[in-house]
Amino acid sequence: MISYTFDNTLDGLLTAVFEAFALHEQPEQLLSAGDQIPLFCDRNYQVVTDEEKAGRVWKGLEKRLPKEVIRMLYVSWLSELPELNNALFHYICKVFRQPEGAPGIERNFADPDVLAVTNIARKVLHEQLRMKQFIRFQKAKDGTYLAVVAPDHNVLPLITDHFRDRFNDQPWLIYDAKRHYGYYYEGSGVPARITFADESAITFSLSDGRLDDDVLSSEDHLLQELWRTYFKAICIRERMNPRKQLNDMPRRYWKYITEKQEPRRNS
Amino acid sequence: MLSDLTLEKLRILTESAKYDVSCSSSGTVRKGKQGMVGNTVGGIGICHSFADDGRCISLLKIMLTNYCMYDCAYCVNRRSNDIKRATLSVSELEEITIEFYRRNYIEGLFLSSGVVRNPDYTMERLTAIVRDLRLVHRFNGYIHLKAIPGASQELLSEAGRYADRMSVNIEIPREESLKLLAPEKDHRSVFQPMKLIQQGVIENKEDRQRYRHAPRFVPAGQSTQMIVGATKDSDRDILTMSSMLYNQPSMRRVYYSGYVSVNTFDSRLPVLKQPPLVRENRLYQADWLLRFYHFKVEEIVDDMHPNLDLDIDPKLSWALRHPEAFPVDINTADYEMLLRVPGIGNKSAWLIANSRRFNRLTSFDLKKMGVVMKKAKYFITCHELASAFDQTSVIGINELRPERLRPLLITNEQKKLAEAEKQLSFDFEP
Ligand code: SF4
Repeated sequence: MISYTFDNTLDGLLTAVFEAFALHEQPEQLLSAGDQIPLFCDRNYQVVTDEEKAGRVWKGLEKRLPKEVIRMLYVSWLSELPELNNALFHYICKVFRQPEGAPGIERNFADPDVLAVTNIARKVLHEQLRMKQFIRFQKAKDGTYLAVVAPDHNVLPLITDHFRDRFNDQPWLIYDAKRHYGYYYEGSGVPARITFADESAITFSLSDGRLDDDVLSSEDHLLQELWRTYFKAICIRERMNPRKQLNDMPRRYWKYITEKQEPRRNS
Repeated sequence: MLSDLTLEKLRILTESAKYDVSCSSSGTVRKGKQGMVGNTVGGIGICHSFADDGRCISLLKIMLTNYCMYDCAYCVNRRSNDIKRATLSVSELEEITIEFYRRNYIEGLFLSSGVVRNPDYTMERLTAIVRDLRLVHRFNGYIHLKAIPGASQELLSEAGRYADRMSVNIEIPREESLKLLAPEKDHRSVFQPMKLIQQGVIENKEDRQRYRHAPRFVPAGQSTQMIVGATKDSDRDILTMSSMLYNQPSMRRVYYSGYVSVNTFDSRLPVLKQPPLVRENRLYQADWLLRFYHFKVEEIVDDMHPNLDLDIDPKLSWALRHPEAFPVDINTADYEMLLRVPGIGNKSAWLIANSRRFNRLTSFDLKKMGVVMKKAKYFITCHELASAFDQTSVIGINELRPERLRPLLITNEQKKLAEAEKQLSFDFEP
């Protein structure tokens, strides 16, 4: 059995595809750097990530696959799931191995790799939808709207367009507490990726997403209270269904969700 | 200006609005605009939260006032009910909407009102709010406005230029039942505004063909709601009404609302310890079959079966009544027939139709594609299920007979829920 090891970047994975074709072989396993090499492996090849090779593979894909499928591949990559690597690697190899004119493999969901990648992409899309649902902004004194999130997958790149379109006249910052970066939108232009040199000095909490009291805008207390009041009042007690609530809004999102947070002690 | 007093008003007016089950922010795709706040995303809209009752919160669902001059028996806000009353000021309501929206709490506003003074007076105030939201506050998010029956055509036409969706609730499918519970209403008073909205939509379509920039009129169409279990109307009455409504091109959604006993003192109404949630769910499933699975009402309910089976879903129920339609061959059947197989949904039908061109699908493939094989296996043949050598081949619906298959497909939990609900209706003998 042959295995390749790559550096866990998308370019690395694409380079691995390039090498497989250059070396005329089909490795069974694509390993991430640091993974144990399986016992029964005859040969392991260290892939050296090469942007140019990766670019050529991606271009080749764009020629062979419809736009939506290309996007789906990119989306699946954002999952950060270890089980994606092999499936995506084999999927892409199969695309290039296909004879000219054969019906597109991307629609054969009986193929385990195609099905796995498609399902993973679905998961990522679900997670980005959840961000569009559950992101809650607080307004800071300087007029910036802040939201902290910790999504299961790396979905921020998928949602900035939505928030820029929707809130194009208000400055906002959406910050991923798990991955330690965010997107900041000034109120015009394009949202920019930002990181903080010193996360301990920032004016909001990463654990519950709340802005510090001294930077929170004065009307925000009341608005959050109004929202919590609304949330309680809209429930029909005769229809209580906590199971459905948990199913549609799993508990792991609650810590950043205003209506699920305790009111602040009035300062 | 918002103040602590607003809290109490918001609470009262939310409590009063919450029995209208429509929540969706679907049907319009509208990009953001420079200098305006908001957009609408189309599709099924976005649910921003889920209340403790599990219902989606998408819009700020609220009444402008819960004072009402009418006395509809099924309504918590009826004139003769002794509840707290409140009215929000126009500016309070607008400010809450915008501020909630900017914090990503909501997709927009779902505004209704009790009727005060007369329908036109009430409708005028609602219209003023949506106009303000659009023109003064430059609000570009979703607006669902409940039309007040009896309001003039001019007001409805104006409101429709600012709202994404409008609705008028039928509430009760049979007119005699409606008149019994809401003597001041009849079907005409509901169908009239529906017709006006419909007309507006059609005229607007023509206008827009001529002038591309003609403003849109209720682009997300209209919706309506029927209360379930407040009268003796059957599921057949309800679904027949629904399918008639869906024949109007502007009707997008019919909602079903399991009756909550809000008025226990009225002998015209049943006293239910719990709303009939299983029945409500079955109605939604049937509605789904009408809209997306190419079913006709007569296939779902008929003279022999005027009510939906509480134990099993309507698709399975149809399948058990039609063993002659099975087994369905997964590898060759029409798409429409795939959709009729219990355990195969839209998503898996799509995956199957795509994949079977490459290889003959096996039950293993089907399972991985999300088909619920526990159910589906009795209704299909596929690659290895057809093979005579297969040890594991299952006995299908025709060998087993529907009456013996049926109990195999009901889970204990389903049975318990359905039993509890059948119990409920015993208390109702008007
Ligand atoms: S008119 Fe509307 S608010 Fe008034 S009692 Fe009837 S249903 Fe309730």
